[in-house]
Amino acid sequence: MSTRSAELLMAVGLLLLSLGLMWTVVADDLHIGWVEGRGPGAGVWPFWLSAGMALASLWTLVRWFRGATPESRNKAPYIDGQSLGLVLISFVALTVMLLLVHVVGTYIATALFLGFYMRFIGKHSWRTTVNTCIGMVLLIYFLFEWQLTKYLPKGAKMFEDGFLWIDNFRWQYLM
Amino acid sequence: MLDIATLLGAGLLQAFEPLNLMMIFIGCLAGLFIGAMPGLGSVNGVAILLPVTFLVPPTAAIIFLAALYYGAMYGGAVSSITLGIPGASTAVATVFDGRPMAQQGKADQALTAAAVASFIGGTISVILFTLFAPPLAVFALKFGPQEEFALMVLAFATFIGLGGDDIPKTIFSILLGLVMAAVGFDIISGQPRLIFFDFVELQRGIGFLVLAIGIYGIGEMLWTLENSKGEVKIHAVRSTWKSFRKNLSHIRDYLPTTALGSALGFFVGTLPAAGATPASLMSYGLAKTFAKDPDSFGKGNVSGVAAPEAANNAASTGSMLPMITLGIPGSPTTAILLGGMIIWGLRPGPLLFTDRPDFVWGLIGSMYVANFVTVALNLALIPLFVRVLAMPFTILTPIIFILCFVGVFATTDRMFDVWLMLILGLGGYLMRKLNYPVAPAVLAIVLGPLAERSLRQSLISSRGDVMTFFERPISLTCMLLALALMIYPIWLGIRRRRAGTTSGAE
Repeated sequence: MSTRSAELLMAVGLLLLSLGLMWTVVADDLHIGWVEGRGPGAGVWPFWLSAGMALASLWTLVRWFRGATPESRNKAPYIDGQSLGLVLISFVALTVMLLLVHVVGTYIATALFLGFYMRFIGKHSWRTTVNTCIGMVLLIYFLFEWQLTKYLPKGAKMFEDGFLWIDNFRWQYLM
Repeated sequence: MLDIATLLGAGLLQAFEPLNLMMIFIGCLAGLFIGAMPGLGSVNGVAILLPVTFLVPPTAAIIFLAALYYGAMYGGAVSSITLGIPGASTAVATVFDGRPMAQQGKADQALTAAAVASFIGGTISVILFTLFAPPLAVFALKFGPQEEFALMVLAFATFIGLGGDDIPKTIFSILLGLVMAAVGFDIISGQPRLIFFDFVELQRGIGFLVLAIGIYGIGEMLWTLENSKGEVKIHAVRSTWKSFRKNLSHIRDYLPTTALGSALGFFVGTLPAAGATPASLMSYGLAKTFAKDPDSFGKGNVSGVAAPEAANNAASTGSMLPMITLGIPGSPTTAILLGGMIIWGLRPGPLLFTDRPDFVWGLIGSMYVANFVTVALNLALIPLFVRVLAMPFTILTPIIFILCFVGVFATTDRMFDVWLMLILGLGGYLMRKLNYPVAPAVLAIVLGPLAERSLRQSLISSRGDVMTFFERPISLTCMLLALALMIYPIWLGIRRRRAGTTSGAE
């Protein structure tokens, strides 16, 4: 896709988003005008600002048709072909990691993600990879779970039970 | 005057408390590292590390983040000089002369000049800050909701008038941030608003950190991945005690331009849309104009390194001035700091000076100390930073992604927000590629709730009369300035087009 098409697509998409926002405000029965005795309605702010967003998108569309923006004259690919693969694989790996968090929990998912990235994209040695993964997991546990007392996602029951054991150990012997 | 001295003394004492001093050290170190990494700047560091600061009390937390902010300004110069790529956009101007100096084997001289100039810039601006902040806060105490709203309009108008980005896209970005801030329960009527697809999670609203980490963590890394392909060449830096002392003796050559750049940077930094990047470019231009040998600029003139570095450090302090005194952030980084202050339960604005003098003066005191710490760390650790720069992105990128995920989860305890961060980050990246500026949206989502509240309060008290914004002198001044800023680029465009058609007709 060229930058030119991308700009058109983005402007149309953002116009639809703005209209969708305006529609949501109206559909929720929020007042978009003055409410007697109570001041501006709850819908004034989101409705009229979304209307402004729609106008700004229309303005961009007009500029696109007239070729006024540099992007509308740019026929080069939207995302550079050489780096498209790297951007794509990074984003997909990140998405897979977040999906895995729901299943196997924060620690296993982050270790797998870091390991995959370092070993298969970065071609680092297994030794560096494994050391970094362990270090990262310990750091997250120490900073967030221990010091900030946050309960990070643990995934399915099986993995959650495993962590209970670690937490018990910490409470009993380390604190 | 005596009052300021007493308060400042108390602030300095507070900065020397063990915890705060430790925060200054860690903050400066983290900032130097983050600033030196190509693609990461102060705003990324502050956004990604804000969740971790909940470990310590608010004063220590803001001291840490502020130290990180200046540290990053120093750090940016390291990669500008040794790699020839700016470590952050704020260090772009440093490349012009820093790169040629490195190619001539004078990298150590350039790095020393950058460190010393940053120190001078930081010191001059923090003195200006100390002098300007208390009177400004007293002045701002008189502000009603009308003035608050007018000031925010002015802040957004600076993006349109001075931001230099595509105007409709800038407007879209501002409005999008303001609308995103409205998601959730309305503060006045209690009605739920903009709950898309009936997601219950949206009732609590979209946290500014979700957007900030999405854009400055995920989006920024995707951007860096796309643009940083290809080999980078690091210039060797030889640094000995003897050469260091010789380099320090060059200070006299660039002291005047540095002082000028510092004052300029401070004032440019207070403007929300301007900030450190334009300040450093303007300072570079100024140094070149007033130099005896303007032709040597761009070929390795040490003043060309010192001037922008002084200005970007001064600008980072300058951007704190409106944040602390008026509650209007002067840069994206301070917008995130402001959001952090709201999470810590502090209300930024003039009342902060009377309600929490310990917080304000502790911060100001820490700025003085942080300047000394950063210059010392910077000069001592230059060889180490150069080695850190060789760290491959295949380790740094996944670690930052992981920190983004854990950081967002730790602030809101919901996976929903983590997914939202991912989507906003991707959206921000795709929009940024089409020249939609992202900084206004981050500023807008932080200021959105405050702006809406002050607008509605003003209109309720005036019974719906919009003229209330134009009847009070301060509010009128802000509104007129804002109007001028918004009209200026349009007028410029029309004039250019007219000039274009007449020349075409000839």
